[in-house]
Amino acid sequence: MIYINVSKKLSGVVENMELNVKIELKKGEFLAVTGESGSGKTTLLRIIAGLEKAKGRIKVGNEIWQDDKKFLPPQKREIGYVFQDFALFPNMNVLQNLLYVKKDIDFAMYLLKLSGIENLKDRFPNTLSGGQKQRVALCRALMRKPKILLLDEPFSALDEKRREDLQEKLYLFHKKFDLTTIMVTHSSNEIYKLADNMLELKYGKQIKYGDAKKLLINSKTSEKFSIKGKIIDIIKVDIINIAVISVGNNIVECVISQNEAKNLKIGESVLLSTKAFHPNIKVINENTSC
Amino acid sequence: MIDFTPFILSLKLAVIVTIILLIIGIPYAWYLSSTKSKIKPFLETITALPIVLPPSVLGFYLLVFLSPDSFIGGIFYKLFNIKLVFSFPGLVVASSIYSFPFMIQPIQSGFESLNKNIIEASFLSGKGKLTTLFKVILPNIKPALLTAIVITFAHTIGEFGVVLMVGGSIPGKTEVASVAIYDYVENLDYHSAHIYSAILLIISFLVLFIVYFINHRQRRKYDIY
Repeated sequence: MIYINVSKKLSGVVENMELNVKIELKKGEFLAVTGESGSGKTTLLRIIAGLEKAKGRIKVGNEIWQDDKKFLPPQKREIGYVFQDFALFPNMNVLQNLLYVKKDIDFAMYLLKLSGIENLKDRFPNTLSGGQKQRVALCRALMRKPKILLLDEPFSALDEKRREDLQEKLYLFHKKFDLTTIMVTHSSNEIYKLADNMLELKYGKQIKYGDAKKLLINSKTSEKFSIKGKIIDIIKVDIINIAVISVGNNIVECVISQNEAKNLKIGESVLLSTKAFHPNIKVINENTSC
Repeated sequence: MIDFTPFILSLKLAVIVTIILLIIGIPYAWYLSSTKSKIKPFLETITALPIVLPPSVLGFYLLVFLSPDSFIGGIFYKLFNIKLVFSFPGLVVASSIYSFPFMIQPIQSGFESLNKNIIEASFLSGKGKLTTLFKVILPNIKPALLTAIVITFAHTIGEFGVVLMVGGSIPGKTEVASVAIYDYVENLDYHSAHIYSAILLIISFLVLFIVYFINHRQRRKYDIY
């Protein structure tokens, strides 16, 4: 088991705030950390890694990583960390980047092979694409056979196809090495696919913590499906009113009634659902829904 | 026959000064690049002062403060029996002060442009500060380091005012190449002055060319600063 109970004063985007997190992870668990920018997600990862000091206690198995008396530096915490900008060593080629962590060439080659990039082993980071760099960063993080793998928005810079590809690779590694993984992400899609549990932070406070799938599904009624979107236009074609809604990367059109056309506003976040073959659009109150 | 003694003296001085400044420069530039202290602008001003100060002003103050009658010069003279004016050790001290900004500024900007995440990535790879310094930090600011070393070296070889004031022009002891040229011109020996000047010109050109050439290649190959 991994116990994390930490607090730290932060200068947030709006005002000074305090990060307060109390979580427990089982070995092999995948936890997604989400929340608005500046809510303390990256700081939480950095505290767990020992890159930043905070009050509180972190216990991994029987080992105390930090409490009132003790503070293990990052070198002594068995952590794998994947930075948002990959942070590969520019002066070393791909294989050297991995061997810098541990001189185990067989394991390094094994990881590169599993990631499908063994042919890139002699290349330098500045000649790699974003997706390739990400794979190298992931392999490097695994070289220490870490007790916890921390990932800070690892896929944010990638296109949709690379993202899906790498999500699969990450899941494969997570299962194969029985890793305990904590990943910061903004994508509900990613959380649903990968995570067992999720933690949502707002201004440093835990506002949601629990089973990822249960927390993610919005429909509380008998709706067959519901999708979160944003109204980007309301148009009138002859006698029909149409709401143009952006859902992820897609734009959908939905016929709405005269009354709805009056009440809905451009820019509003809405839940798009169907009930008895009839499309519904419901405005979301940003403070309460996810 | 050309007397190469002033050149050998210049080279010896430049090598010693470059090594001293490199050893002091790396930790000092690291401090400057990472500190948020209020005294940073003050330290940066002190560091850059020799660039704007007339060499004669710096030379004059050094002459005053390094003489055996002064506090600092007195300590050196009494403890180590070293005279810091009109002597080679004096030239080393004066040149180290005069060339200080040429070592610090490139290294400091190299550190500042370094992606700090790679330092943390090294710590998270289980490596200590020393390994991180030699395996990650310094190799990734290689162009900045090379620039600092070569510019300091070239600047020390080329300096004139400070070495003339502090060292005098004692043949075989403190008469470096740049001062020797001045002496030749003063004695109307234009032939020797021409040869010495041409040699210094070629050395300076080659040194700078090598730096720019290597840095151009390094930056293209590794994308480093």
